[in-house]
Amino acid sequence: MIMTTTAQKVEAEKVEKDIILDIQELSVYYGKFRAVNGVSIPVERHKVVSLIGPSGCGKSTLLRSLNRMNDLIPTARVEGKVLFQGEDLYAPGADPIDIRFRVGMVFQKPNPFPKSIYDNVAFGPRINGFKGKLDDLVEESLRQAALWDEVKDRLKDSAYALSGGQQQRLCIARTLAVRPELILMDEPCSALDPIATLAIEDLIHQLQEQYTIVIVTHNMQQAGRVSDYTAFMNMDADRAGYLVEYDATQQIFTNPQDKRTEDYISGRFG
Amino acid sequence: MPTSRAVFDEEMRELQQQLMLMGTMVDTAIGRAIDCLQRLDTPEARSLIADDAAINHKRAEIEEKVVQVIALQQPLASDLRFLLAILHNVVDLERIGDHAEGIGKIVVLHAGRPLVKPLVDIPRMATKAREMLRGSLEAFAKRDVEASRQIADDDDVVDALHDQVYHELLLYMLRDPATIERATYLIWVSHNLERIADRATNICEQTVYLVTGKMQEINTSRY
Repeated sequence: MIMTTTAQKVEAEKVEKDIILDIQELSVYYGKFRAVNGVSIPVERHKVVSLIGPSGCGKSTLLRSLNRMNDLIPTARVEGKVLFQGEDLYAPGADPIDIRFRVGMVFQKPNPFPKSIYDNVAFGPRINGFKGKLDDLVEESLRQAALWDEVKDRLKDSAYALSGGQQQRLCIARTLAVRPELILMDEPCSALDPIATLAIEDLIHQLQEQYTIVIVTHNMQQAGRVSDYTAFMNMDADRAGYLVEYDATQQIFTNPQDKRTEDYISGRFG
Repeated sequence: MPTSRAVFDEEMRELQQQLMLMGTMVDTAIGRAIDCLQRLDTPEARSLIADDAAINHKRAEIEEKVVQVIALQQPLASDLRFLLAILHNVVDLERIGDHAEGIGKIVVLHAGRPLVKPLVDIPRMATKAREMLRGSLEAFAKRDVEASRQIADDDDVVDALHDQVYHELLLYMLRDPATIERATYLIWVSHNLERIADRATNICEQTVYLVTGKMQEINTSRY
């Protein structure tokens, strides 16, 4: 009889499921304050994962640690591993700039550069030394972000002339232009109206064919609509965020296994 | 001012109460149906048939409220399962009302002619089916999975009584073809009661779903 340990089984499952990003026992500290405590989440390729949880539970901190954005905060440090395509993002010698090209990020508020629509999208490839046809790349990125038809006649206009929803799609196009393998989205629709929100959600579905997406959202219905898997995070008495439950979205929203998840998603507090 | 969650909880409590009220209406209808069958009371049977409209109306009222709560509160997890279970249960209760009404119609068809045999097992079936109905609703209110499973097991008792009634009435028909019409009526009555027990079993299944999130048949009726 061949004995397999639980750890071996977990590893075998990860191979079978094609795990692109494997967050292992990750803790994030700001100075002495532990913002995230021992979170483990395997993310499958071409899937959308939602991170939900109350404000301050460390969702955004966790998200930012997935492309080393927290490095920009002087006191921040991490423990544990983030394996991206099998390589630890925090291994000595890992290049945070390279990582940020491969793991793109879309923020809560649309933050286009004070440049033209074209230059916003071309910005990343230019500093990345892109050698191909830039016009084609810009068009393709704008098409993927479902914005091309709305802006093709005014690519030289300022990005600020676009509506909020368009600006957010422009930011997505800007992220796509550097051909990332993973896209992180931090409440990408919280500043948008319902129609612009639906446009972004449709886009997420389309992007899923080529990309893997991790999204932080406060909108339960949005998590239900866009994601394949959902992670519910909560915080301890010492305000450290931890993972309560990670499962198929359908399971989390119809029959969560942990009472804390149930209480959170159904709005029962205190 | 109450919190949103408190308002939502109150709405769900109200729905639970309305479901119990509908259960009482339906339970009363079964009792009246068997009474007027035993007394062959055609006027009472006609009144029972007319009163089924109130049960149908109650179903529509509860369904409308559930739709409203789903649209406005966007419930999830056990809240969502509760509302879905209510929707299923009101359908079963409404159909149980139809079965009671069906017995009333048979009384009218009987047109005052004497019963083909004294009623023994049919009132027993009615008593058992009503016990199952009340028990299933109580278990739903208490979210009691164990009780629900036990009540569902009782469906076998009602099925066995139906078997017995059926075979007994076949013998009557074989012995005296003049009884065929009236004996068939009683088989229909028995079938209505057997279906009531099946529908009480459905309510038990909804309780299991509500609590565990798993949809499963907990007792398969032979009919």
